[in-house]
Amino acid sequence: MKILGLIIAVLTGTLLIYTTSDFPSWGDPSSPASTHLSPHYIEKTLEETSVPNIVTAVLADYRGYDTMFETTVIFGAGVACFFLLRVPRRKEPVERLYRHTLTGMTLRIKDLDEVPENLDEFERIDTLWAPYDLIIKTVCRLLIPFIQLFALYVIAHGHHSPGGGFQGGVILGASFILLAVSYDLRTAKERLREKLGGILCAVGVLIYAGTGALCLLLGLNFLDYSALASILHVDPITARSHGILIVEIGVGLAVMATMIWIYDNISSEGKYEEGL
Amino acid sequence: MSSQYPALLVATPLLAALFISIAGWVYKKLCFPIAVVALSVATYASIGLLLRVLNEGVVHYRLGGWEPPWGIAYYVDHLNGLVLVVVCVVALLNLIGAKKSIDQDFPDKIGPFYTLYILMVTGLLGIVITGDAFNLYVLLEIAALTGYGLLAMGDKRAALSTLNYLYMGTIGACFYLLGVGYLYIVTGSLNMADIARILPPLYESKAVLAAFIICMVGVWLKMAFFPLHAWLPNAYTHAPSASSGLIAPLVTKVMIYVMIRLIFTVFTPEYAFNTLALSNAFVWLAAIAIVMGALFALAERNLKKMFSYIIISEVGYMVGGIWLGNRAGMTGAVLHILNDALMTLCLFLVASNIVYKIQGHSFDDLKGIFRKMPVTMGALVVGALSIIGVPPTCGFFSKWYLISGAVQAGQYGFVAALLFSSLVNVVLFFRVLEIAFFEPFGDHDGHGHTESIDEAPLSMLVPLLIVALGLVIVGVYTGDIVNLVIQFAIPREIL
Amino acid sequence: MRYAPCVLILPMSDLITHIVANYNYWIYITLMMIGLYAIIAKNNLVKKIVGMNIFQTAIILFYISIGAKKGATIPIIEHAHGDHGAGSSAVHAIEYINPLPHVLMLTAIVVAVATLGVALALALKVYQQYNSLEEDEILDQIREK
Repeated sequence: MKILGLIIAVLTGTLLIYTTSDFPSWGDPSSPASTHLSPHYIEKTLEETSVPNIVTAVLADYRGYDTMFETTVIFGAGVACFFLLRVPRRKEPVERLYRHTLTGMTLRIKDLDEVPENLDEFERIDTLWAPYDLIIKTVCRLLIPFIQLFALYVIAHGHHSPGGGFQGGVILGASFILLAVSYDLRTAKERLREKLGGILCAVGVLIYAGTGALCLLLGLNFLDYSALASILHVDPITARSHGILIVEIGVGLAVMATMIWIYDNISSEGKYEEGL
Repeated sequence: MSSQYPALLVATPLLAALFISIAGWVYKKLCFPIAVVALSVATYASIGLLLRVLNEGVVHYRLGGWEPPWGIAYYVDHLNGLVLVVVCVVALLNLIGAKKSIDQDFPDKIGPFYTLYILMVTGLLGIVITGDAFNLYVLLEIAALTGYGLLAMGDKRAALSTLNYLYMGTIGACFYLLGVGYLYIVTGSLNMADIARILPPLYESKAVLAAFIICMVGVWLKMAFFPLHAWLPNAYTHAPSASSGLIAPLVTKVMIYVMIRLIFTVFTPEYAFNTLALSNAFVWLAAIAIVMGALFALAERNLKKMFSYIIISEVGYMVGGIWLGNRAGMTGAVLHILNDALMTLCLFLVASNIVYKIQGHSFDDLKGIFRKMPVTMGALVVGALSIIGVPPTCGFFSKWYLISGAVQAGQYGFVAALLFSSLVNVVLFFRVLEIAFFEPFGDHDGHGHTESIDEAPLSMLVPLLIVALGLVIVGVYTGDIVNLVIQFAIPREIL
Repeated sequence: MRYAPCVLILPMSDLITHIVANYNYWIYITLMMIGLYAIIAKNNLVKKIVGMNIFQTAIILFYISIGAKKGATIPIIEHAHGDHGAGSSAVHAIEYINPLPHVLMLTAIVVAVATLGVALALALKVYQQYNSLEEDEILDQIREK
């Protein structure tokens, strides 16, 4: 197998290296790739969509159909991970573990009918080895709001600077994953329930595809945002810019929820118990 | 409204998949009806689109209203109009037929299953309808990823076989992407028609040759063309029957469509058949694929695995038919996309019914099953006749075109391979039917409830019977299909 | 005119000029070969997944390098704040790099992440069943039955 792999890799490499001699050299401004499609994008984007960030405009408008399915790929991966791993209807464990937050002492309660009432100073844990680290938890708790704020900035400012729905969505998702890593999965799940997360994934993509379908209902082609002008009361070119913002928000939601979804399922083998 | 059929065809299943996903969390009983309605609408739209293509010629649709080389456009001609109908009909019939087995296999995960199922259909439809080379890659990955999810929930070995499929599938898709990158670097375009327009002066370029080879290898990996087939048999055999009933008939066929589209529209037949002198080699490779598929199938003692090897053999038919490079061979290959999708669906629906009742698919499980499930096995007989190629079933006609094309091109090796595989198919199915008919029933070790086994429920039988009937009807109307649709699907310059 | 580090200013054969002018292709091909080798030859299922990712990354690198343009800046038009048409002086394509490969690769990155997620989920499922990620051990277990 090793020799076979080596032969295939070397053969492919040789073929590819042999053909590079026909390629334009690096950074050549007169290469076909830089002279056929891209000048139109660079020179016309601002007047056709009123978005200064050309990548955003091409991503969400000129090739918005690609991006819709890109979001769908992520959604599909989330559904597939859930479908493959989630263990449904798990039996309640016969005993529960509680840890006293101040002393780090762990209580083991076997009779579930007699769970003590005043558990304010205790937190529920799933395994005895769950680490307890005050510094990490505090730092993360302080940082997470700023991370989320930055994520929202990245989503909202995608028209004028590098950023957009995917980047912002991933940062937003990472903030929840950080919560799950620094505390545990249970705490993170109390902030964003599994059901809500699952629905949010679909809603995010639905915002995108729904915007496209709305354009279709308004009489223009699928994903032609200039149809939104009549609803938003702006001119068709500004409507394109607003349409891009709407779909970016959808993308952000879908990416955030799916990242969390995939992390939850893979890190806990679908049991939703202990984080890493 | 009919001008929006292309958009409806893809958008309806996509939106439906999202609604199903939400319904899976809120009210599970809605999942199946939404799926059926969505696929029915898609089927309706696909038929409407095909009729429009027949009347008006090629249909273009601009997504987002942008001009094609800058935006993405759909491009529907006779070829993909036909394949779209095939995809919709097969997906719809299998969905209805598989409902019971889905309820049986995944009682807790109905929502995600239907979501993945409909998303996969969306991906396949998108691959077939698009006119943009990069967009095809994205949809390829949608169909592939959802396919991995659907396949991996089968029996104990399913996860491992699917993981192997994932490695191979990803390499295949990446090779395709790389090929598109090569085309992009020399032409600067991603739109298929635009690339074809720019390419002719570059025919001698090494980069275009590399792009062609890389794209072909990628697509062959995905369609399990021998010797790149190793992932397919295990992945399909261990899959749940509802998934294999969708994936086995469609994925390989859609990938063959992609190959045809690359040859016809992107690289143009002029380049593929005249500039490159590789046709002969590829036809021989196809002949070897047919023979090897048949031999592997002969060695199997498991129904689903045998069917999987038959698919590998059939892929050889179609690849060979295209590379014959003449009108008869290509007509046979395109016709065989339609026929083979129906035949494979028929076989896998039979397997699905048997698995539903007996929970097994090895030959030992089939003993005496003819008396217990006469209708299912009757359908298997029709499917078998079609695979063997007995008139008036449709399998005969595509094989006829393929053979006459091969004779025209002087490829007698290919003719011999076709005849050999027909003979092997006779042996294969005779052996199955002999076991099912003559062996005594009741040796089902470890399966317990042998007494209660009877015919599969009506909702599984009806789609199966429709497919079996379809095999004969398509066979009878082959002449019309070829005259009305397929002859326009093949570029005029090919004689 | 071609970019050449000072070491190579000495008499250069055509080959070296060629390699230097096209060094981006050489890097991507090397990476791709590493990835391809890992997918085919490695025994551990997760290592194969890592190889798959290297392979995808190599292709992303290839596309991004197509987009480069000497003397050009990132494709965000300066001094433009929404008021299209009015006040925005003419934009020249030569000043900005090609945005299209970046857009395509955003898509490819997302696809790679999604594939990675599903692949890890599958590997986890395999591990649950066979208690091993080494391919030969798993095949031994299958054969024993």
